[in-house]
Order: sequence, then structure tokens, then C-alpha cells
Amino acid sequence: MSDLLTVTDLVKHYPAGRGRAVRAVDGVSLTIGAGEVLGLVGESGSGKSTVGKCILRLTEPTSGRIVFDGTDVTHLSRRAMRSLRRDVHIVFQDPYSSLNPRFSVGQIVAEPLRQHRIASGRTAVDKVCEMLERVGLRAEMRHRYPHELSGGQRQRVGLARALVCGPKLVVADEPVSALDVSVQASVLNLLTDLQADLGFSCLFITHDLSVVEFLADRIAVMYLGGVVESGPREQIFTDPQHPYTRALLSAAPVPDPAAQRQRRRVVLSGDVPSPLAPPSGCRFHTRCPVAVDRCATEVPDLTPVRAPDHPVACHLVTEDSVPTLAQ
Amino acid sequence: MSGELLSIEDLRVSFGTEDGLVLAVKGVSLTLAPGEILALCGESGSGKSVTAMSVPQLLPPSATVSGAVRLDGRDLLGLSTSELRELRGSDVSVVFQEPMTSLNPSFTVGFQITEMLHRHEKLSRRAARARAVELLELVGIPDPRRRLKEYPHQLSGGMRQRVMIAIAVACEPRILIADEPTTALDVTIQAGVLDVFRSLRDRLGTAIVLITHDLGVVADIADRVAVMYAGRVVEQADVTELFARPLHPYTRGLLGALPGAAHHDGAAHHDGGSEAGRDGTRRRRLREIPGMVPAPYDDPAACPFAPRCPVAADDCTAARPTLDPQPDDAGGGAHLAACFHPGVSTVEAADV
Repeated sequence: MSDLLTVTDLVKHYPAGRGRAVRAVDGVSLTIGAGEVLGLVGESGSGKSTVGKCILRLTEPTSGRIVFDGTDVTHLSRRAMRSLRRDVHIVFQDPYSSLNPRFSVGQIVAEPLRQHRIASGRTAVDKVCEMLERVGLRAEMRHRYPHELSGGQRQRVGLARALVCGPKLVVADEPVSALDVSVQASVLNLLTDLQADLGFSCLFITHDLSVVEFLADRIAVMYLGGVVESGPREQIFTDPQHPYTRALLSAAPVPDPAAQRQRRRVVLSGDVPSPLAPPSGCRFHTRCPVAVDRCATEVPDLTPVRAPDHPVACHLVTEDSVPTLAQ
Repeated sequence: MSGELLSIEDLRVSFGTEDGLVLAVKGVSLTLAPGEILALCGESGSGKSVTAMSVPQLLPPSATVSGAVRLDGRDLLGLSTSELRELRGSDVSVVFQEPMTSLNPSFTVGFQITEMLHRHEKLSRRAARARAVELLELVGIPDPRRRLKEYPHQLSGGMRQRVMIAIAVACEPRILIADEPTTALDVTIQAGVLDVFRSLRDRLGTAIVLITHDLGVVADIADRVAVMYAGRVVEQADVTELFARPLHPYTRGLLGALPGAAHHDGAAHHDGGSEAGRDGTRRRRLREIPGMVPAPYDDPAACPFAPRCPVAADDCTAARPTLDPQPDDAGGGAHLAACFHPGVSTVEAADV
């Protein structure tokens, strides 16, 4: 698979006064192949959304390199970004605040067409109707306003807006987290169908492991501004290596009482450290149940250890074994 | 049922709104035994929070409540404001979803915990402080003496929720109502907060009503589950029984809609799950529940789930099924379901 997007050593620091900086993203590298769905997983404050915003240049990266479809877009001018924005779209988490309440559904979905001068007038209306039907809404819905729609319908409108230009990459930032489980199921099904039919690549940002397990081809796990492990979906779930990935997997309760109550949980002590002053060495060492002295001083590289396409950033993972996590 | 602590009988709650009378709860009956963890689950608007909040009567003034809510046989619905004030905090306590908005930002954590102890237990300042330290230890907050002097903004989300729980259990209430207590928290933090609930129940014998939409949390911690839909309980059973043998099509639909459902052995598989090769043309699919929740304005004499139900028949639209005990009850406890066709597999009906 040729890579559509390559992010190399991306850094985003937000100034926090008195010369300090919130190190939201601190050296993230990832790739997304054409037609691939990459699940970017992490808890609040891990920097996963900031990575998404940097890729879209909704926020300016501090350093690093973003190459999209063969073009280095890290420092493109606003004008040059316009053509990129035709190819990369975003779906936001909150379907209530991400749609302009003064625009009708038709205007919302037609806006990208207008901005990029792809279609106008009758052709635009036709494209909008076609897109609405693709996302499971009736074409007449274009006359409605966001407040008349349910959460699931709004998120479908968000999807239609993101897809109407035929993008090569869609960044989906927690698109189903605000939805009830039955609505979430239909939006996830829709997203997988559309992705299969239209073939766009997708960076799917979420905190919910069961969601990426459902739809991602590959998964990258973030902790405190860095990727700690990435690999094909099956491998992350059957052979998770980084202690954080394993803690995360074991903490997510499974909807089966017998199984859930027998599971051994890896309990993490304490809270996520502040990104103002991330811990030295491995950022996870302050909460890691198996950390050794080396972890506090030496930063582990994200490098393949046990499988070539499954890099992990942990000193303790070796070719033959992963560290035993006691209760 | 003997030894019940709380009983709710035919509870009905409605709200007058600009759009008409919203029937939020339409006749709910539930019981809670001492030390029991009862999960109320359902989607937004199912009436689960309104049902639970009718116990401490933390409902908006526009609410009209009828039925009975009895604590040790005493009906709470007729209590005066001052009697309610005594009840709240000492007998019934609440943990809300948002730890940031439910703590007062301008008072220290210590003040907010000791306020409860002054008010209900009449403890001296010194005794209340000592008790507050114990409480913070109980909910797993390290260095509690220092934390007492801190303000809510100085704490992380998980710590704030622990403080909320400490305040809620300060007077050792017999009933703790937890409204989506872990929804705003990360999973690694959630696991710790659920452990706090478990240890409260084990050490203090607190009965807990847990309101949640997360079936994973239910599976982890609940003893008994009531599934709500459109203002009514549609199914109720012991937790193992409910997940192993969900009888109501709505419960089955919820379990089938979970993205992880395809991968857990046994229980979650009833409807065939979402298996199918990922490669090629057949993608994995989640089971959807078609249609939308009915509007809360009227209450026709039909099964409220019938319009969305894959197994609905003529009888479902002719009358409303009542919540009745189901035969072949393997769980030992009562397995209730409000359905004319309980347990009929929805696969055949949905996948033709």
C-alpha cells in the first residue's frame, strides 16, 4: 500500500506562559495508506486530537513534517492549502456545535462545493441530494435546519459535508462518542460502508477501543503526546506489547458479566502526568507497573521488536517476551 | 420481597413544557435490597435518571410525580422540604456525572466534605476534619491531608469524581444514586472509580442505584439490571441472567449494537453478532436498531418498541405488554420482560 499521508516527528507545543509549554504532541510519526483506516487511540490529554488538527493545519505544528499525497504540506501558504482542503476533510465529535444553526442542511453540505468552486446552482443541489441519500437521509432533509435533527441525523450531515468533495482523507475525531449505542451502531456501519465504496483513507480518532476494533485496519496508541505502540488491528488486540496498551485493553469492561468479573485488570496507579512537565525517559514510567531504573532516564524508541509492522516504545519488550504485568 | 430497603411503585413523572406534557416515566416499579447494586440502563431519554432522581426528589419544579417511593416503608413523595433535607445526604446521596460542575469551585475540598458532616452528623470541626481525611482515604485519594486544602480546579477529573463520592458517602447513606458516574472519565480511571463503589458496598453495605448507558460497566459491577425504554422498564433480571439470556428485543438489540459484541465469547453472541469477513466485499456490520425513540408526548396502548422491533406482530400494536415474570428462569431471581414474544431470535427476522 502506498502511503497517502506521512507524518514525521510531529511536535506541537502550546505556550503556557512563563516560558513553559504544554507539550501536547511530542514527536509523533505515523503513516496512512491509500484506502486505509488508521485508528488513533488514547485517553484525554494524550494529544490524539491535536495530531488530527495539525494534519489539517487547523493548528500550526511547532515542528515536524507532514507529507500528503507526495506534497510537503507542513508549511504551505494559506492559498496553497486551499487545494489540499479539497482532499482532506474532518468530521467532528459534537454534532450540535459543528453545524451552523443558521444554515439549512442543504447549505451546510453545499458549502465545501461552493468554497472549492466544484459545483454551484442546480449541479450543487443534485450533488447535495445524492450525498444526503448516500448517508441515509432523504433529499428533502436539505430544507431542514440542524435543530430539527436528532444527534444521529446531525452526524450524518457532518459526514455528508466531509464527503461531498470526494476527499482522499477523512479525519474523524470521536465522531460517534456523543451518540447512543444504537445510533452509534448505525453511524459506524454507514462509515464502514462509505469507506469501502468511496475508498477514502481515514484517521479515526477515539478513546473507545471497541470502536477501533470494529473499523480500523491499523491502530496507533498514544500516551501523553507520543505513540507508544502501533500495528495491524489483529496484532494490537491479540499481542498487545506496551504495558500501557495492555492496561488500556484490560481496563475497558466487556459486556459479559462472567468474563468481565474473571478478567485480570492491570491497575495503573496515579493520574496522567501534566503535559507541562512530562516525565523524563519513558513518559509512562510513573504509572507503569513494571518500570525499571532505565525507564526513568532513557527515552525508548518506537521500533519494531517482535513483528516488523508492529513497533513499540518500551525498553522491556524483547523478541521473546513482553513484561509480565502483575495485579 | 423481604428485606427490601427501597421500593418504587407505579412511579409516573411528567413535565409540562412548551411543546406539551412530556411523559418521562410511565409507571415504573422497582425494588432495591440493602447492599445491592442495581443498574438502570437505557439510552438518552429513556427515563432512567428521572426515575432515580425521584428518590431524593431532585427533579425540576415543573415535574408532576405520582406513585410511591418507599424507604423502609415510609413514603418519600409526601415529605416536607425540611424532611427531605434530612433525607438527602444522610439516607440517600447522589453522585452526578460531571465532577466539575457538581463541586463548588470557590470552596476547598475539605470545606465541601465537612459541610455534610456538620450538617447531618453535628461533628465538631476537629472531628469532621479527621473524618474527611478518612473518607478521602476510603475513595483512594493519596495524601488526603494536603488535598483537603485544595480547590476543585487543582484536581484531575478522576480525583474530583472521587471527592464527589467521598462527599456522597460522608454520612454513610444507605442508598447511593450514581448518575453516569464514570462517563466523563477515561477507562483506566473508570476502573478505579468502579472499584471504589464496590468497596463501599462491601465495607459499608451501601445499596447503589447505578444509572448508566454503558453495558460494560453494568457487566462489571451490577447485581441486578433494569433496562428502560421510553419511560418504562422493559426487562429486569439478575446481571448474569440478563446478559446470558436477554429476552426483550430491545435488550438484544442493545447488546448486538455494541462494537465489541462480535469478539466476546458466549453471551453477547445471541443474535449472531457482527461476524463476517473484513476482506473483500463483506464488511463487518453492527446490528442496528432501526427507527427512533417514540416522542414522549403520548402513550398509546401498544408496545412502545413495536415500530422498531424486528419480531413485532399484530398483537404488539393491539395492546401494551406488561412487565411479567418469564418462564424457564435459570437465574434463580425474577426475570421480568414486557414483551409478547420474548426471546424470539431477531436474526431471522432482521437478516432475510
